[in-house]
Amino acid sequence: MAIAKVNGVEVEFEPGMTVLQVAELAGEEIPRFCYHERLSIAGNCRMCLVEVKPGPPKPQASCALPAAEGQEIFTKTPMVKKAREGVMEFLLINHPLDCPICDQGGECDLQDQAVGYGRDDSRYDENKRAVEEKAMGPLIKTVMTRCIQCTRCVRFITEVAGSPEIGLISRGEDVEITTYLGAAVTSELSANVIDLCPVGALTSKPYAFEARPWELKKTESIDVMDALGSWIRVDARGSAVLRVLPRNNDDVNEEWISDKTRYAVDGLGRQRLDRPYVRVGGSLKPATWAEAFAAIAAKIKTTAPERIGVIAGDLQDAESLKATKDLFTALGVKNLDSRQDGAALGAGPRESWLFNSTIAGIENADVVLFVGANPRIEAPVLNARFRKQWVAGKTRFGVIGEQADLTFDYDYLGAGAKTLAGLAKSKSDFVAALKAAERPAIIIGQGALARADGAAILKAAAGLAKTVKVVREGWNGWNVLHTAAARVAGLDMGFVPAEGGLATADMLKPGALDVLFLLGADECETAASDAFKIYLGTHGDNGAHKADVILPGAAYTEKNGLYVNLEGRVQMGRRAVFPKGEAKEDWSILRALSEVLGHKLPYDSLDQLRAKLFADHPTFGQIDYAPGSVAVSFDVGALGADGEVSDAPFESPIKAFHLTNPVARASVTMAECAAVASGAAKIAAE
Amino acid sequence: MSVRRLAKEQPASFAFSKDSQAKADWWKAKYPAARKQSAVIPMLWLAQKQEGWISEPAIQEIAKQLEMPVIRVLEVATFYVMFQLQPVGKVAFVQLCGTTPCQLRGALDLKAVLKAKIGDANHVSADGKFSWEEVECLGACCNAPMAAINDYYYEDLTPESLAQILDDFAAGKDPKPGSYDGRGASEPKGAIHTLTDPKLYDGSYAKKIKIPNLPEKPKASKAKSEPTA
Repeated sequence: MAIAKVNGVEVEFEPGMTVLQVAELAGEEIPRFCYHERLSIAGNCRMCLVEVKPGPPKPQASCALPAAEGQEIFTKTPMVKKAREGVMEFLLINHPLDCPICDQGGECDLQDQAVGYGRDDSRYDENKRAVEEKAMGPLIKTVMTRCIQCTRCVRFITEVAGSPEIGLISRGEDVEITTYLGAAVTSELSANVIDLCPVGALTSKPYAFEARPWELKKTESIDVMDALGSWIRVDARGSAVLRVLPRNNDDVNEEWISDKTRYAVDGLGRQRLDRPYVRVGGSLKPATWAEAFAAIAAKIKTTAPERIGVIAGDLQDAESLKATKDLFTALGVKNLDSRQDGAALGAGPRESWLFNSTIAGIENADVVLFVGANPRIEAPVLNARFRKQWVAGKTRFGVIGEQADLTFDYDYLGAGAKTLAGLAKSKSDFVAALKAAERPAIIIGQGALARADGAAILKAAAGLAKTVKVVREGWNGWNVLHTAAARVAGLDMGFVPAEGGLATADMLKPGALDVLFLLGADECETAASDAFKIYLGTHGDNGAHKADVILPGAAYTEKNGLYVNLEGRVQMGRRAVFPKGEAKEDWSILRALSEVLGHKLPYDSLDQLRAKLFADHPTFGQIDYAPGSVAVSFDVGALGADGEVSDAPFESPIKAFHLTNPVARASVTMAECAAVASGAAKIAAE
Repeated sequence: MSVRRLAKEQPASFAFSKDSQAKADWWKAKYPAARKQSAVIPMLWLAQKQEGWISEPAIQEIAKQLEMPVIRVLEVATFYVMFQLQPVGKVAFVQLCGTTPCQLRGALDLKAVLKAKIGDANHVSADGKFSWEEVECLGACCNAPMAAINDYYYEDLTPESLAQILDDFAAGKDPKPGSYDGRGASEPKGAIHTLTDPKLYDGSYAKKIKIPNLPEKPKASKAKSEPTA
């Protein structure tokens, strides 16, 4: 550790840190626009000027200056003050005075720093520069006259998102941020540039002129759009969720979220089920809770438990899964499944369905093999982490499955199970690297597992994992990439068919059941089943369309709930707004229904339900803890089952990134994005 | 300098001729395979040499050949003012220096000639043969006023000589580049009035200096001190 002095106070720092970072260690705030911890250093805004001794007798840009042993850093001298005022004055020369109509107002770096470090008035009375607006797609609104050319957006899209579509064209006074000829940005992480923009040049298009930041109620919660469980902040006004922003968590999402996480929330106000419905004479009629419960009770009480089935959806919180499981287990029902896609997971130890390396830990892997996974659309934020490893040159990647653009280079090994089976004996360069790797990882996706031959493919992958020793002392490289936020919680609590019970596909066959309870299950095709269908959920989507009784539930922003992300981390989502209309929190609906059915659930409050959950399944009690970090004795080779393997190539279950769940399908913004994305796909195919 | 934008009307396609493609391949081969995009400036220049200006299809083609994002090529093309983003005259493209020394020596008169003979700046003449623009200093102030026409400098111009040059181009001739008032290069016009003292050139005015770090003579081996600068 080296030592430098900041304003006369000695600070220890790691060699390689910049002067700005050292000053921050000492607790000094350094104003900045272009510098960002997670992006490369540009050094072009000049706002971070400080005085450094020894050195030339002039202010230095602290973000780009390496700190050195014995350096003296001054951040409060008259020279620094004057330099900052000068830089700020220059930045404001061409910045319009339109704060009252700017969406960044109230959360604008330029506004804050102009107050903190600028002059009290302007000496500039010439005309200001004006810049044409640019088209950047349905998410990013541009007011380019406000741009201060910090190039954070260019660096983010190029470095982190790996989809270099934004650039800084022309030169000098005329420079402009733009996409190539106004094309829409196609990256799944594109809207993060809105957060990065320190001024109001790039703002949120769907949120334009909606609210001021101080009007919003901010609730820290957890995202359910993918299995990553990104940390989010839900901003609501009244009963409407207006926007979602990322929260920083280095172990999960760093500080990025996908466009779907951010913009699907307008779907929370559309297509909502706000009262119970009962099908009378072929059409759904509004009903009271009592009528709906009576209709359900009449049906269930006259049906044998073997003829009742339960399928849980992908967005459910652990509490509603637990209440459903408890209720129907009490009724003697064995046909329970939380895997709508029929993934061959759930048997075996917990490690078999987790992302064991953990999200942060996967950065230590040196060779990674993807089997039937397309992380770019299945977990875009996680994909940014893979790209980070690839950029650092630390990791080599191989893919069996779709040959998609993952934003990083990989060895393409083959399309399907045949390649997987022959891989251990293959003499290819990549396999040699995988065998020689110190920390090899296999990431198996739902494209490989959610098929009829999923168990056999799991066995083949597990065999390979055993051969290349992905589980070894201090390292567990067996990773399952889930696509559903509720999946790991469901598997953790054993929400799978009991001995002799039917799985999703069997339950949906015609004549298999007389009653089908759908807990927010919208991703499975229920049309073939002739059972009496009860749907508890939030949106008038696939599940509700064919239902005989609809119970309106709460969406993820409308209830307190636990979610388990793909690495097994239990995270707590919080309620930002109340459920719509007569809708209730899911667990309380189940609690009320249980009383009507004569099998009263043993909890009257969410806390009691959680206590029961923690007692029955202790892993749920470990909030914000990723178990993968613990070395375990786990026999990866024992996973899966023998069986016929089809030759069909692995295909990602996600066909349209923007339309994967009922919230996203109800969202107008997501529909626009999907249209742009499919249009782009068409052009690329021509 | 104005905002640099791609031309509104673009050709449908662009392809390197056999000759320029061979040159482009030479440039590409010059850099390691992973650093191919280093050839972007030479490639843009080759495209401009071939077509006279850089079109949008040319930018696409270069991005494709160098396997780099097309926005990066656009950044480079819009950054350097030597890349013409608008069509230019097919026979002669005049870049008239309008910076202070040239202006003092009569560039404004030349501008009037260009305007009369070709039309407004940055517009191709009706016959497509001529266009002109005003540029910043081209570094030939000794021969002011001057203009670069196509690849060559035409210096010490007068309205008459510039008009003659343009007429020659129009007639399909190939006017000789260089000075148009009889000078060979940038030497003084007429007799030499300054720096005439021959002592300046025989070395006798030079101050004696001791050059440090010369190889030591074998004789000076006993006093091994550092040379005084």
